[in-house]
Amino acid sequence: AFLWLLSLLAASLLWLLSVPLSGREDAALLPLGAAAALLQELCRFACFKLLKKAHEGLATLSEDGRSPMSLQEMAYVSGLSFGIISGVFSIVNVLADSAGPGTVGIHGDSPYYFITSAFLTMALVLLHTFWGVIFFDACERRRAGGLALVVGGHLLASGLTFLNPWYEASLGPIFILTLCTGLWAFGTAGGSFRNLLKCLSCEQQPEGRAVLYSALQARPEE
Amino acid sequence: MITFMNNSDSEEEPCNERTSLMSAESPPVPSYQDGLQASEAGEAQAHRKRRAGSSRGPNNIAGGEMSGSGVPVRESALENEEEELTLKYGAKHVIMLFVPVTLCMIVVVATIKSVRFYTEKNGQLIYTPFSEDTPSVGQRLLNSVLNTIIMISVIIVMTVFLVLLYKYRCYKFIHGWLILSSLMLLFLFTYIYLGEVLKTYNVAMDYPTLFIVIWNFGAVGMICIHWKGPLQLQQAYLIMISALMALVFIKYLPEWSAWVILGAISIYDLMAVLCPKGPLRMLVETAQERNEPIFPALIYSSAMMWTVGMAKPDTAARGPSQQTWDAAEDGREHLRSPSHAESQLSETRSPVPTRPIASLEELEEEERGVKLGLGDFIFYSVLVGKAAATASGDWNTTLACFVAILIGLCLTLLLLAVFKKALPALPISITFGLIFYFSTDNLVRPFMDTLASHQLYI
Repeated sequence: AFLWLLSLLAASLLWLLSVPLSGREDAALLPLGAAAALLQELCRFACFKLLKKAHEGLATLSEDGRSPMSLQEMAYVSGLSFGIISGVFSIVNVLADSAGPGTVGIHGDSPYYFITSAFLTMALVLLHTFWGVIFFDACERRRAGGLALVVGGHLLASGLTFLNPWYEASLGPIFILTLCTGLWAFGTAGGSFRNLLKCLSCEQQPEGRAVLYSALQARPEE
Repeated sequence: MITFMNNSDSEEEPCNERTSLMSAESPPVPSYQDGLQASEAGEAQAHRKRRAGSSRGPNNIAGGEMSGSGVPVRESALENEEEELTLKYGAKHVIMLFVPVTLCMIVVVATIKSVRFYTEKNGQLIYTPFSEDTPSVGQRLLNSVLNTIIMISVIIVMTVFLVLLYKYRCYKFIHGWLILSSLMLLFLFTYIYLGEVLKTYNVAMDYPTLFIVIWNFGAVGMICIHWKGPLQLQQAYLIMISALMALVFIKYLPEWSAWVILGAISIYDLMAVLCPKGPLRMLVETAQERNEPIFPALIYSSAMMWTVGMAKPDTAARGPSQQTWDAAEDGREHLRSPSHAESQLSETRSPVPTRPIASLEELEEEERGVKLGLGDFIFYSVLVGKAAATASGDWNTTLACFVAILIGLCLTLLLLAVFKKALPALPISITFGLIFYFSTDNLVRPFMDTLASHQLYI
């Protein structure tokens, strides 16, 4: 979350610099939106580097050479936190205003502002989570394809919101994008149709327990 | 208002001291901690209870040595174990501190956003005599700097006074002073707070009910904080009085003065904890020489076990002995089974002399948490509350400051794990908080507003 905030700070600095150049507040928003998305991906990369170091540190410190949290869990958490802070920043002021008196769209804007904001924020949070998982995995395995698709997806999602009062063109594709990214992230994290079935039928996994137990037994002899 | 402004010298007392982060050494009684001193007082307690909490491990071991176990070999082996355990449980301690800090901030922000009283300007404390109503920017800046100088010097004078009292063993005076100040916090400020909240929500309450409620709240609070009580209740009370104190500061400090004071106090904290001639450091060293706890309850301890095992170090160690055998059962509250643990402890104590110490350490590390001075709570909440009160009604600024403070706290705890000595908790968090406040308010807010007006998501 902190890193996302830093990226936001950098983006707003850029925007502030662009305002006097163009004379209008919202002139440079499209390139700035792209710049902001790129900065966020940069910060996600920084997050990856940081967490990778932490992961290695924890692994060396622990007794059995494995860190208590796997890199995928870290990826999920990092993506989720990016999503949460990004979503919260997007929507909390809107929520605060919605609690007060007023009429939506009284000046001719769309009356569906609040509900579409809510759905867009939800899509964004989910997207960030999925992107986190895919990004970390791609960085770990050094696959440029995954990275490019994450960055491209982010730019696409941001760009689609520029079409905003035309909600069919923006909400629909964004949700399709979310779904596809979700399935891809699920696959990246090691899930598959069979895993899903196994999970749903609540099967036990005894072999995992045995490993743990033997690791424990070794300790008292130290 | 006038009455408590006159009493504010005693209200000042709580805010002088507790601005530092210390490891989990816990004195046998819930102790006051002049924040800075507390950190080092922790080392004083080390010989009594070797809380390895977060990163004080080696020091604790050193402290333990002092009390007579002195085997250097065991020491180094223990140190290595300590390191591992420290970092392993470090995350848990971080969470143990995040929760109360977050709760305190939530209480303060919720109150600020809903109760009008705390954002109205109704006069100033006598510690900040210069008004900020002047038209010129230079004059206003000058006034706020002067206010800050006065406030910080009051704090320094109080701290030195406290150190002198402690040095010359005027314990009764100190206890009386602390009891008086917490009395005032628990009764007077709570009464005012309750009154304002009831006014805001237009709820009627008769005086007898009010008397009973406040009497019970205050009496239980005094007992919990200064004597014994369930740990969570004590923590809750400490959070509440920190929030009340922070609200008072938010109300009575003029705007620019508040920001300058926050900056100055984090510098003061840094210097007072780390400089060798600082009054607080002297206090801690004195306490260490005398091998006694410092003061009751001005420190928030996230320790899992506080009251029952307080008087006896042995019972304190009960849970951990289990720890060595059942490493996997991390989440188990060993504290809940005192008798069991005691028997365990006695049997581990007899066979090998080194073993019990290891288990004691692990145990104490497991159950002792980290300690954070209440002054830190207060100033974090002041920062976030001010952000909520004055940032153009913007929630983004409040959230950004909140994240910044938590990250600062995280970094401070990390440094604590690395340096293993008392550290000031204010500087990093407050610096991040201030940077984020000003940058979010001036840079990010217009950007986000423009984006939101076009419903663009980045």
